[in-house]
Amino acid sequence: MVEIFGIPSQALFGQLLIGLINGSFYALLSLGLAVIFGMLNIINFSHGAQYMMGAFAAYLILQYSGLGYWPALIIAPIIVGITGIIIERLFLQWLYKLDHLYGLLLTFGLALIFEGVARNYFGSAGLPYTVPESLRGGQNLGFMFLPNYRAWVIAASLVVCFGTWFVIERTRLGAYLRAATENPTLVRAFGINVPRMITLTYGFGVALAALAGVMAAPIYNVSPQMGSELIIVVFAVVVIGGMGSIMGAILTGFGLGIIEGLTKVFWPEASSTVIFVIMAIVLLVRPAGLFGRRA
Amino acid sequence: MERVVDPLAKKPSVLRTQSETIGFVIMVAALAIAPFVTYPLFLMQAMCFALFACAFNLLIGYVGLLSFGHALYFGWASYLSAYSAKAWGFPPELAILTGTATAAICGLVAGSLAIRRQGIYFAMITLALAQMMYFFALQAKFTGGEDGIQAVPRGHLFGIFDLKNEMTMYAVVLVIFLAGFLFIYRIIHSPFGEVLKAIRENEARTRAIGYPVERYKIVAVMLSGLFAGLAGVLYAIQNEFAAPDFVYFITSGDTVIFNVMGGIGTLVGPIVGAGFFQLIRELLSRLFGDQFPYLIPLGVIFIVMIIFLPQGLLGFARRWLNR
Repeated sequence: MVEIFGIPSQALFGQLLIGLINGSFYALLSLGLAVIFGMLNIINFSHGAQYMMGAFAAYLILQYSGLGYWPALIIAPIIVGITGIIIERLFLQWLYKLDHLYGLLLTFGLALIFEGVARNYFGSAGLPYTVPESLRGGQNLGFMFLPNYRAWVIAASLVVCFGTWFVIERTRLGAYLRAATENPTLVRAFGINVPRMITLTYGFGVALAALAGVMAAPIYNVSPQMGSELIIVVFAVVVIGGMGSIMGAILTGFGLGIIEGLTKVFWPEASSTVIFVIMAIVLLVRPAGLFGRRA
Repeated sequence: MERVVDPLAKKPSVLRTQSETIGFVIMVAALAIAPFVTYPLFLMQAMCFALFACAFNLLIGYVGLLSFGHALYFGWASYLSAYSAKAWGFPPELAILTGTATAAICGLVAGSLAIRRQGIYFAMITLALAQMMYFFALQAKFTGGEDGIQAVPRGHLFGIFDLKNEMTMYAVVLVIFLAGFLFIYRIIHSPFGEVLKAIRENEARTRAIGYPVERYKIVAVMLSGLFAGLAGVLYAIQNEFAAPDFVYFITSGDTVIFNVMGGIGTLVGPIVGAGFFQLIRELLSRLFGDQFPYLIPLGVIFIVMIIFLPQGLLGFARRWLNR
């Protein structure tokens, strides 16, 4: 058996793969947080709950309509995205004139309610969601075994992340968005419906979280608390990367996932805390974050 | 012509105005009679959470910093006091000191890290640091992992007062709660507190006048952590255990809810909020059983209040009375 640094290569690459998978979810979620924060100036605390809702939506779609993974991958984010739009219209729009702490508080309250409802109806134990037929099995790469589904998750999240980056940084729509982030009043004066743009941005960010949830469903169990601990790690990721740049959020997400995976190999006890420790070090060395502009 | 009152002419007592003194006396009297009317244990828990909420309010209400990691101080103070009482045989007074000092040190470290970023990041950093220490609590040996530290002896305070007696315990909790409240009151109305309020109102200008803003913020976080720790210690001693739940982010979230419900930046608001929260929770579990998911209705109340009463119950009452 091949060994690297005294660790069997099988274990090393296995953990690297898990790291990349976790990194995909960190990237997708921190991307959504960054997009929402850019437009609404709100830290969306319910992001983890909305990720959980995506997974539950996929589960319920399978239960009640028999539609499998692939339709759910489209339908679930749309449904959850629509709930996001409703939330923005019903609640968030009243808070823009208040201190932005209130946005965080309100979405925290929403997260409590969503999680409480999910726990009440489905219990705390996880529900299984099987890997779709077309992605079962895996490839033997010689140095490791790569399950097809995991390869798909990594590829899909890379595509979604860079697609989002492309839309925001390289298209006309993205230019409107970035302009509205800088100066909403001026953009409004040019005849662009900024409030609607804000609503749609929130819906899109929430849909991204739900998409991540659907992709996570076959890997982790579908459970009410699947989002709440993840979102805290994602907050740390966002602090490390800084929310100024979309690309920064993506790179930090994947990078930290890999670091976490490696820590699991070399020092398993530290793997649950390593991202927080890195956050503390970054705060000491580069207070503005790796990719952040000074807020 | 208006008469100018020299603020130094009459040496103020701890409480500054007559109405505040009356309010305080009423609160003390109510809390002194209450254990004969309702359950002392419920009241003691409510007082712990009230002190916890007041500590949190010192930051959000008077410096404008939203901490989402106050469970860190509450939980780790309860761990250290429980451990020192059980493993080292510390008497209660020393266990309280140990726990509170731990919380202050945690506050110092977390504060120095968290204030390096502005605005909303403070909330995310404190939350992440608290979660880190939660995982650490699950893994460290002395904290007992998932089980926590159980069967902690209450002991004899100063070697005289047997805390096993429910009423003695109640009296001790009451005295410490009131002392903590008055201490926080003093901090808010001291020159130091005035600088904190200046930072809240206009940080750049406060810095321009020459105040070392960062140092003030760190000390504020430390003091807030210290009182949150004191609340955690009291909670651990009266319940005779410390558990990882105390460090979990739900605990941090609770104190946030207390404050929003009661009214951020008012002195008594956090106490009202904590009491209101405990009361509703108790009521719901009486009516619908222990398994009732009380967080759902409380979450709804919380959201409705943020939108319609962002100034909290007390702020609303004050505005309504002044109308």
